[in-house]
Amino acid sequence: MNTVAETRLKRPASLEKNPRLSQWLHVHRDGTVSIYSGKVEIGQGILTALAQIAAEELGIAVERIRMVPADTALSPDEGVTSGSLSIQDSGVALRRACAQARTLLLERATARLGVSGGDLRVEDGSVHAAGRSTSFWECADDALFDRDVEETAALRSPRDYRVVGKPAPRRDLPDKIAGRPRFIQDMALPGMLYGRVVRPPHNFAGLISLDDSKVKSMPGLAAIVRDGGFVGVLAEREDVAISAQRALRLAASWREADPPPRDVHTWLKEHAAEHRVISEKENADARSRATRALEASYTKPFLSHASIGPSCAIAQIDDGKLAVWTHSQGIFNLRRDLALALGMREDAIVVRHAEGAGCYGHNGADDAALDAALLARAARGRPVQVQWMRDDEFAWAPCGPAMALSLRAALDAHGGIVDWEHELWSNGHSSRPGRADDPALLAAWHLARPHKRPSAINMPLPAGAADRNAVPIYDFPSQRVVNHYVREMPVRTSALRSLGAYANVFAIESFMDELAQTAGIDPIAFRLRHLKDPRGRAVIEAAAWRAEWDRWKPAEGRGHGIGFARYKNLGAYCAAVAEVEVGHDVRVERLILAVDVGLVINPDGVINQIEGGAIQSTSWTLKEQVKLGARGIASLGWEDYPILKFSEAPVVEVELIDRPELPAVGAGEAAQGPTAAAIANAVAHALGLRMRDLPLTHERIAAAISQST
Amino acid sequence: MAEHFRLTVNGNESELEASPDTPLLYALRNDLGLKGTRFGCGNGQCGACFVLIDGHPAPACDTPLWSVAGKIITTVEGLSKGRELHPLHNAFLAEQAAQCGYCTSGILISAAALLAKNLRPTEREVREALDRNLCRCGSHNRMVRAVLRAARE
Repeated sequence: MNTVAETRLKRPASLEKNPRLSQWLHVHRDGTVSIYSGKVEIGQGILTALAQIAAEELGIAVERIRMVPADTALSPDEGVTSGSLSIQDSGVALRRACAQARTLLLERATARLGVSGGDLRVEDGSVHAAGRSTSFWECADDALFDRDVEETAALRSPRDYRVVGKPAPRRDLPDKIAGRPRFIQDMALPGMLYGRVVRPPHNFAGLISLDDSKVKSMPGLAAIVRDGGFVGVLAEREDVAISAQRALRLAASWREADPPPRDVHTWLKEHAAEHRVISEKENADARSRATRALEASYTKPFLSHASIGPSCAIAQIDDGKLAVWTHSQGIFNLRRDLALALGMREDAIVVRHAEGAGCYGHNGADDAALDAALLARAARGRPVQVQWMRDDEFAWAPCGPAMALSLRAALDAHGGIVDWEHELWSNGHSSRPGRADDPALLAAWHLARPHKRPSAINMPLPAGAADRNAVPIYDFPSQRVVNHYVREMPVRTSALRSLGAYANVFAIESFMDELAQTAGIDPIAFRLRHLKDPRGRAVIEAAAWRAEWDRWKPAEGRGHGIGFARYKNLGAYCAAVAEVEVGHDVRVERLILAVDVGLVINPDGVINQIEGGAIQSTSWTLKEQVKLGARGIASLGWEDYPILKFSEAPVVEVELIDRPELPAVGAGEAAQGPTAAAIANAVAHALGLRMRDLPLTHERIAAAISQST
Repeated sequence: MAEHFRLTVNGNESELEASPDTPLLYALRNDLGLKGTRFGCGNGQCGACFVLIDGHPAPACDTPLWSVAGKIITTVEGLSKGRELHPLHNAFLAEQAAQCGYCTSGILISAAALLAKNLRPTEREVREALDRNLCRCGSHNRMVRAVLRAARE
């Protein structure tokens, strides 16, 4: 188990890359402190939690903290805001930087007041001694922080925390709730033009012809931009840009590639390019005790991000310099790929983060930035705002990959698992910018001199990607886990919240229930008997206790089920209990989740992320699948891609297990897998029938019932 | 062809030049600078652009300018009275009832319309009233609690 002391020895990657103290904070004369983080607000509340950490180590009120939006010209490069790592990356770096800053400020203050350190009284940045006083704001200057962040400054003990660990209201919500301009979609720069891109059908293979004669004469149209198969419009009014986009769509004829496969999961199994054994444990003794074997296959469809606000960006080219405003999760990586796509030098580009609608992974934000930059070339120095339309977003933002999974296990005579096998087939789960020789930006593949579309890849274990959480956390004597990587992509895939963990945990935890049933053992007891990890056991027991698992009253059509995982086998522990009623549809009535994220920075922030993750996972699990048709993605609007509604949202209860002595980890992706499994297990409990293909729709349930009778 | 329009928005008379087919959404956001009403889908299916038209929640993305002549339009900005926030705003803050906040404006509009005709709605009535609004972050329950809180206070 990691402890605070252990992590102290390892220099965090964020500090390796951004070692200067001045990169992380600036103390102003007016009694405020600017904090520079490379992580960005994407609706998860990270800037609030980071402000709490900074305020805690500086020993000042959190209201004094100004969180500076990430900007390639100002901010430390902390890679991508993803993987529930912002607290681990930026939080740990800021904690050290702010602790050192406080030490330096106190040394200065001591010198100024002419006293020895022990006699100081320090309160919210004011320093008093011997009847005199000074403050951090008076002591700070540029030279003071012009040094490397060192490991020596003492960190405040979690026992003494006054800001961290207490619920903090989100800093960005007052604007967002009052309807004040706050999103990139709301930015209106002087002289700004509105742009739209005329996207081809999804299975694009080239533009044959484009008759723009009618559109050219539209009043208010500023330009039609064409570069190979990239077609865009610029207009003085946004509604004119949209009308021109629609008209040009009808006036374009496209060459189309082959349609996607009809049965994606069979296709995946037939097209694996690499087969990697990612975990293997052999115990012949244990295997020889096997008395029963079980196997089952599970599937997960392509999923859409389906953010309520489509992707948006603003770009301006002035004197050969490009400025971009974006809600990208990785502004430095985006800058690199913009430079590749536009043939510019990186130092001629500044990328600034501006908040967008909810982000659940690699969506269209980066692509929209290139769209805006390409259109800005025709805007004669004026800024250009591009917002994707709803169908652009559904058709062109990367999907969360479809997955097929096969599990096999053997039980001994006492119901113990003696052998376990897990195989998965999937496209890669990341095609983010910044990682390939070619830009991972949509429009770059459609230009007259097109760049090659990089294939989605998987990050290596232990965090993994397609195989995230595929290695079981349980203690099995023999096991084998195989990741079959499919390089060829029927649709563009990339990171969607929790990556492969959603499907792997759904499959593992469904299969655990199938085995428990075969063994005739209660699902919770069955899990506990195969799990040594005390933190894992604790969340399972806490969820079962809060849900009153043992007092369940059986009723026609009702069932309960459990799902459990430790995200990435490295991060947050989460156990979910679902209570469902199955009638025409599955109705999830109640979800009870127990969560251990180590030290809790902002309890309400963690609960909000867990509630949201559980409800989003309920939506994925009951309703969502991207439909494919002859021209590629056929889910182009909410009617083709329904998500959970207010009247369908379950009651969600969260039990937080605070462990102040353990490192803090992220909460945003802990609930997805366990929630899906809990629902599927509850449905199986209610129906006496096992559903192994997501989503658990009315049609699937009706088919399963008719097959069983 | 552009025409001259006079709109009554949040109690103010405003004038603008635009084509009669222009969706109200763009007139509000870009001509009048009321950015709180947001684009989500363009065909009235998600609720992000809801405004009150003569007191009824309606999608501004799907409402052409010609159809709102002489009608009273209220946007999320118009729920507040000057600097004083609407009880719904305060309740949403108290409940921290958002994650990304992009759908929030439209949900406040639906909630305001509900509370205008039903002072003490049940939880079920709140959920039904918000069913035309989509939320992707999973903040549903917090928002329902916030509407019930606003009704109590």
